[in-house]
Amino acid sequence: MWDQIRSNRRRSIFVVTGLGVLLAVMGVALGMLFGGGDPAAVFIGGAIALAVWLVMWMVSLSNGDDIMLSIAGAREIEKKDHPQLVNIVEEMTIASQLGKPPRIFIVDDPAPNAFAVGRKQDKAAVAVTTGLLGMMNRDELQGVVAHELAHIKNRDVALMTTAGIMLGAIVLLAEIGGRALWYGGAARRSRSSSNNNNNAWVVVIAIVVIVLTPILAQLMYFALSRRREYLADASGALFTRYPEGLASALEKLGGGQVAQADKSKVTAPMYIVRPLADDEKRQLSASFSTHPPLDRRIRILRKMGGNASYDSYNTAFKSVQGGAGVIGARSLTGEAVATVKPEPDSSTPRQRTRVASDAFLSASGYERRECSACGAIHKIPPELRGRLKNCTRCKAPL
Amino acid sequence: MTGLWIALGVLVLLIFMAIGVYNGLVRARNETKNAWSQIDVQLKRRHDLIPNLVETAKGYMSHERETLEAVIQARNMALNANGPKEAGAAEAALGTALNGFFGLAENYPDLKANQNFLSLQEELTSTENKIGFARQAYNDAGTAYNNKRETFPGMMFAGGFEAADMFEIENAAERAVPKVSF
Repeated sequence: MWDQIRSNRRRSIFVVTGLGVLLAVMGVALGMLFGGGDPAAVFIGGAIALAVWLVMWMVSLSNGDDIMLSIAGAREIEKKDHPQLVNIVEEMTIASQLGKPPRIFIVDDPAPNAFAVGRKQDKAAVAVTTGLLGMMNRDELQGVVAHELAHIKNRDVALMTTAGIMLGAIVLLAEIGGRALWYGGAARRSRSSSNNNNNAWVVVIAIVVIVLTPILAQLMYFALSRRREYLADASGALFTRYPEGLASALEKLGGGQVAQADKSKVTAPMYIVRPLADDEKRQLSASFSTHPPLDRRIRILRKMGGNASYDSYNTAFKSVQGGAGVIGARSLTGEAVATVKPEPDSSTPRQRTRVASDAFLSASGYERRECSACGAIHKIPPELRGRLKNCTRCKAPL
Repeated sequence: MTGLWIALGVLVLLIFMAIGVYNGLVRARNETKNAWSQIDVQLKRRHDLIPNLVETAKGYMSHERETLEAVIQARNMALNANGPKEAGAAEAALGTALNGFFGLAENYPDLKANQNFLSLQEELTSTENKIGFARQAYNDAGTAYNNKRETFPGMMFAGGFEAADMFEIENAAERAVPKVSF
């Protein structure tokens, strides 16, 4: 497992370096555009690109996790709010050998989804939507939680944040360059008409670079993101020893065509499946996407057979996708472990949804009171706490 | 003069490397110990849950006195077991007794509707899972520690470090995560 993390870190460093080079190229192109081939201007352009990235990175360091959680509208829960979810997270914490369990959040959203944040392992958090809790049985929920904890364990959050910020910086610089060209181009052209011949080429090259670099950077970013999703699936299957749990969870996620409230592009790569827009159908084979197609992820998990190990995931990956596999060769030596059979789960989606939404309300500060006279259950919002004296149905004192 | 400095530099480097290797071994051993204590934590939790479970079930399953007593007895055996071998056998027996109990509980719809029973059932399921995952984690940590201890350069310090015993369960099916089937 440690080798797996190490070999992937190397590959990820490669991608991040590549993005850094693209960022520098972007800066140089801007320098060429404004300075017209002057070496000093080219250098300054590169420096500005680096500065933009540094500033964005510093901003993200200060409390990015909490910003992410509040964008999604997540509330932190305790054991009493949703014992099963807390138990499952604790189980997967033990299985993944994380030092301590992450904080657990619930998002009140009928669209089933889950995500993990936390640049440091001991300050990580997982969040699941009430829709997910309602839809999944215990084994499937375990699979989803295992996938999220695998993201934390493999340090994907830190990686994707870094890569995402670089992508953001590149896109931002391209925007600036494009606008400068649009509004300021004519004035500069008339001013420097004397050595026009030489500069024309420089400007053309700069424009081509400015147009192409963001596209290339996005492709790299998406490829990296998809790869980390596959890896999280593999680790998740290994943690639970039960690939079918995650497979059937993904199947249900693919079937659930509910638009999600949180459609922020910033948080999109964090989720276990890409959040849907209002009028969008979940496409099973989107190539320009942060996530691999669901049906392929499911088929790989189901092909793993009776063994849970990186080796069997890799073999399954190759037979579904072709190519060299998704996991570094060094980590394929781990012992294969037999998978387990599930137990029947008698809870219904309706019950689970009620439990989930109660957990969210309780985490939001709602108070639960049962009327001793008629048995009506009151969920009292925090602003009415202490002001609701009588039962709303039978008027008996609460 | 320069030769002396180089020799000194190499010596200091070697000392630092040795310290690093030694500390790495200590860290791996502590991780193994910690993983072992995690199993104990979960086993204790299971022992603590069982009296509540039997107490809750008593009212509904008065005809199944024998099963309930078997569970309690297995629990007490596990509690008083001496040594890892005896404890292992007692815990396995307790697992079997619990399985029998939950199998019978299927026939009592009233019991299965009891909120208290349901939450105890969830706690026990989770504890069983945690025991399994903790054993797996212990084996992983133990393997990493043993590998460090037996390969170069860690083997040079292996004298002060005892090898970790791996968790072996006779029944091959139990090697995987044990799950109670309700």
